[in-house]
Amino acid sequence: MKGIWIMAGVTLNEAARKKMLWMALAAGCAFLILFGTGLHFQAKDFAKHGMSPILRREISFTMLTLGLYAVDLLAVLMTILTSVDTLSGEIASGTIQAVATKPVPRWQVLIGKWAGFVGMLTAYIAVMVGGVNAVTYLMVGVTARHLVSGFLLMCMESVILLSVTFAFAAHFSTLTSGILALGLHGLAFIGGWIEQLGAITQTPRAVTVGVIASVMMPSEALWRRAAFEMQSPLANAIRVSPFSTLSVPSMSMVFYAGVYMTIALAFAVRRFSQRDL
Amino acid sequence: MTRFSDLAIRTRGLRKVFRGKVAVRNLTLDVPRGEVFGFLGPNGAGKSTSVKMLLGLVFPTSGQAEVLGRPAGDVKARREVGFLPEHFRFYDWLTPAELLRLHGRLYGMAQGVLRERIPKLLDLVGLTPHRDKCLQEFSKGMLQRIGLAQALLNDPELIFLDEPTSGLDPFGRRMVRDIIKAQRDRGATVFLNSHLLGEVEITCDRVAFIKDGEVVETRALGEAKESAVVIRTGKVTAEMVKGLAQWTSSAQYADGRLTFSLSSNAMLPEVVRYLVSTGVDIYEVAPQRLSLEETFLQIVGSDGGM
Repeated sequence: MKGIWIMAGVTLNEAARKKMLWMALAAGCAFLILFGTGLHFQAKDFAKHGMSPILRREISFTMLTLGLYAVDLLAVLMTILTSVDTLSGEIASGTIQAVATKPVPRWQVLIGKWAGFVGMLTAYIAVMVGGVNAVTYLMVGVTARHLVSGFLLMCMESVILLSVTFAFAAHFSTLTSGILALGLHGLAFIGGWIEQLGAITQTPRAVTVGVIASVMMPSEALWRRAAFEMQSPLANAIRVSPFSTLSVPSMSMVFYAGVYMTIALAFAVRRFSQRDL
Repeated sequence: MTRFSDLAIRTRGLRKVFRGKVAVRNLTLDVPRGEVFGFLGPNGAGKSTSVKMLLGLVFPTSGQAEVLGRPAGDVKARREVGFLPEHFRFYDWLTPAELLRLHGRLYGMAQGVLRERIPKLLDLVGLTPHRDKCLQEFSKGMLQRIGLAQALLNDPELIFLDEPTSGLDPFGRRMVRDIIKAQRDRGATVFLNSHLLGEVEITCDRVAFIKDGEVVETRALGEAKESAVVIRTGKVTAEMVKGLAQWTSSAQYADGRLTFSLSSNAMLPEVVRYLVSTGVDIYEVAPQRLSLEETFLQIVGSDGGM
């Protein structure tokens, strides 16, 4: 099992040395500054227009969810872009040969790399979600309803995408793996909106299409569940927010996402252990 | 007869087919422990694929391979194996010392052992002055040197060196020769895959010639199976040359020199007796040993089997 820790350390070290993590955090800070500036002017306008406290609160919650939605999109891109080359790139360049001939089983090499990325992405999401929440609280006094649940669901979404990217990268080239992983998430993304619109227009068959898309790739469903957990109770009750609450993915979908992630990771391990390097 | 336990490498009918293309046809090989073994063949003969199968990087389509008495690729066997890939690439954001520490940890070596071992290895491969540079600043030759150091890190019983002198200057090549000799002296087995036949000739105890994914011949170096002979003579007639047919079919006479090859040096006295009996004046008899390059071309063919 020591191989897992060593490879996880190498992955984290690489992210830090290649300035990947720092650049992502710098870009994240720029995002937070922009978000905070927007909120600042919003708060000023609240006072100018003499808006009712309930409406103020709901607009602030919507801004918070918007910020978290942007973080979610950034996390999705960050997950795929940073991890897609780690297996296929090292296989193509031959870098993996020096590691794979050491007395460490291949599954430990893969799980170690995966664990390193999980650590890095969790830290990134924690900083970004925490930052958006903190900025919103400081500017307009609003905080996410179930911040921890929402954060964990967003992390789970990232880990699912990571596992799927690893599964593709254990078999295909970097470019193909990136296209497949992004394409699969795109499918889930579109499926999620079809489900939402189907719920608005009360079209059950459109909702079914969305559910099928979530079964094929449950990443977007996790975001919608996360948004449900973090939004204001009023927005959830009257279903007016553009973010996700019209058709809320059930806890069964969250469980299914866990199984999906495990299967994707198991496939990655199996393929990497059995392929020629 | 060599016992299995005395063998560092043993393969039987090893075969690898990539998408219908045969890379290694039928590799049957015994490499005794403690030998420096050269693995020779033209481009595309299947050398690198064979090495990768022995290291467990590539899975054979059929056949058997054992390394240090265990199935090829076995994790326990890998503890005792060092490997320098043909194109050594590693995380180039590391310094040489960090790279060696990482490899040492993958070998399960203790920190204390690594603290002592790493400076010695950097010194051995001449990289001590560059120990704080990142590998991305290294030249090809310097990368080859650090690759060699990582292959020796765990004092392996068996070392695979795939083109170890590639990219090295004459000093570097000399260093590789010295390192191989030192490894043989401590009892390690070295499996050397190289195109530089001169290097192989100097360093190896035995060589295998591989062509079209098959070992066509294995021989100890110095054990010349066929030797060329040059005899400085007086006039030799065509009739006399014909008379040599019972020993050789390659006899030629020109400018006072009779040249031919013999399948065994033991025939040479008979040939000389024959020539003397026919009245030829003999001034000098000079058996010539075929260079490894000539032997290689003779066995593999000048087209390289391609």
